[in-house]
Amino acid sequence: MTLLSLKSMQTNIDQYAVLHDVTLDIPEGGVFVLLGRNGAGKTTTLRSIMGLWKPSPGSVHFRGRDISGLHTAEIARLGIAFVPENMGIFGGLTVQENLVLATANGSFDQDRLERIWRLFPALETFWTKAAWSLSGGQKQMLAVARAIIEPRELILIDEPTKGLAPSIVDAMAEAFREISNNTTILLVEQNFEFARALGRDMAVIDDGRIAHTGTMSNFVADKDLQDSLLSLSA
Amino acid sequence: MNDTLTTGSLTVKIIVLLIAALLLFAPFLFQDIRSLEVAARICVFIVLVASYDLLIGYTGIVSFAHTMFFGLGAYGAAIALRQMGPGWDAVLTGAVAGAFVSLILAIAIGLLSLRVKAIFFAMITLAAASVAMVLASQLSQFTGGEDGITYKAPDLFKPATKLAVTDDGKVARLFGVRLNGKLAAYYFVFITCLVLFLLMLRLVGSPVGTVLKAIRENEARAEAIGYRVVAYRTFVFCVAAVIASLAGTVYAIWLKYTGPDTALSFTIMIDILLMVVIGGMGTMYGAVIGAVLLVLAQYYLRDLMGSAAEALSNVPVLPFILEPDRWLFWLGIIFILLVYFFPQGIAGTLARKGDKA
Repeated sequence: MTLLSLKSMQTNIDQYAVLHDVTLDIPEGGVFVLLGRNGAGKTTTLRSIMGLWKPSPGSVHFRGRDISGLHTAEIARLGIAFVPENMGIFGGLTVQENLVLATANGSFDQDRLERIWRLFPALETFWTKAAWSLSGGQKQMLAVARAIIEPRELILIDEPTKGLAPSIVDAMAEAFREISNNTTILLVEQNFEFARALGRDMAVIDDGRIAHTGTMSNFVADKDLQDSLLSLSA
Repeated sequence: MNDTLTTGSLTVKIIVLLIAALLLFAPFLFQDIRSLEVAARICVFIVLVASYDLLIGYTGIVSFAHTMFFGLGAYGAAIALRQMGPGWDAVLTGAVAGAFVSLILAIAIGLLSLRVKAIFFAMITLAAASVAMVLASQLSQFTGGEDGITYKAPDLFKPATKLAVTDDGKVARLFGVRLNGKLAAYYFVFITCLVLFLLMLRLVGSPVGTVLKAIRENEARAEAIGYRVVAYRTFVFCVAAVIASLAGTVYAIWLKYTGPDTALSFTIMIDILLMVVIGGMGTMYGAVIGAVLLVLAQYYLRDLMGSAAEALSNVPVLPFILEPDRWLFWLGIIFILLVYFFPQGIAGTLARKGDKA
């Protein structure tokens, strides 16, 4: 079943058309990976889904409902969380305050909080510390934790492994696997090894257009396709 | 909470508690009219600056219309007291009318212009404040024009009012202080300002305060987790406007005079900006420290320099440099030094030093 559909989406930033006629169906469940070279339009796709940039023409449908005209805050309240690249946290607030902000009514569901502490133990350790004082990996954990502190239907994650140590990347992969058991993840990633380990379905965006869609297993098996779309021959 | 008791934040809180204690006992500690005048002005400016800190420090809104709201509250009380006579009904009517007009204007300005970039919003508020100044001057049949309005405060606040009498019918004294209407007026100012300040502290400590801080840090991120930035900004703009208006009402009752210079002038706006920067933006306690320092400097720096010049009259050059008429120059130097050594304001820098320690 399709959870999110992008229909002929074009997004302009100033006078530049960054996305051209992007059409994509994200199925419910698991991790859907959006791959592409630098500047291909991956982040713009996520930001357009969240309403941070408005697609025109084209539309975004979530569970069959056109959400492209909605305000970003309303889109978020539909159950779509966004984890931007570069650890999109609030550095001036504590770990606790960062998470409280993302709760529906200002209080924590104890089970979900314990799940977060199990996935990312460092967050419990630094609970009352200002977020700016965390390491890069811990900041990324906090950004992901904020996305799952409430039940979500879809989480958009933008390049979560950028600049992280390998051990943190492994921990992040484990966390995403568990989260994807009951939440759909749309993952934008340049780290192909990380993406192939997690992705069930995938698409490649190139120069603002969807260049390929299919299953991750088929894409991994097709070296020529990888070379042509991602220049991964090395 | 981010501001759990580190050494720095504890120091700031102790300073603020000390100031609160001095203001509470000011009529007994400093028994002259001028000191009481200074203490009352400090109380009012603490509220005014703290309400401005809600905007600039907690939400990142730069507004130049804050004195307009202060003036609306002051003129509300002034016009009501003049028209209706010196009663509590006039005080209440003036306060409610001033706060209501401030609220309506804040909603209108907020909804119309908080969507635009900060610089345009600042310009719009500057224009609104200028219009208010011109209106206050031109609608002289209501506002008294450039001369302002003089009126009487409620009977309780008349200096001749005896709060307690001795056996022979004279006004009673406590620690040498006459228990009269002036004392009642001061405590009216002190208690009202204390209540308003505590309300603001409650607001910034609540979940709404956390959202405001998040908006200040990154609007797009706050929206992406479900918060309507314009709605929150408009809300805090309205709260700050109403509180500034109530501070204006309190000041009008204390002064028994309201004119453009005491309620609407851009000098007040500059004072507010200086106080919030000196004290520390986004700290709330910074408003207390900033207001105290600047008001004390405005009232006593000149005297201090006069005394210093006199004491150093035998030393060459120094008496010339310390000439009391140059007090604004020295105030500027002090301001530059404070900004240099306390880049996040006194409260902000002290609190952060404690965090690092």
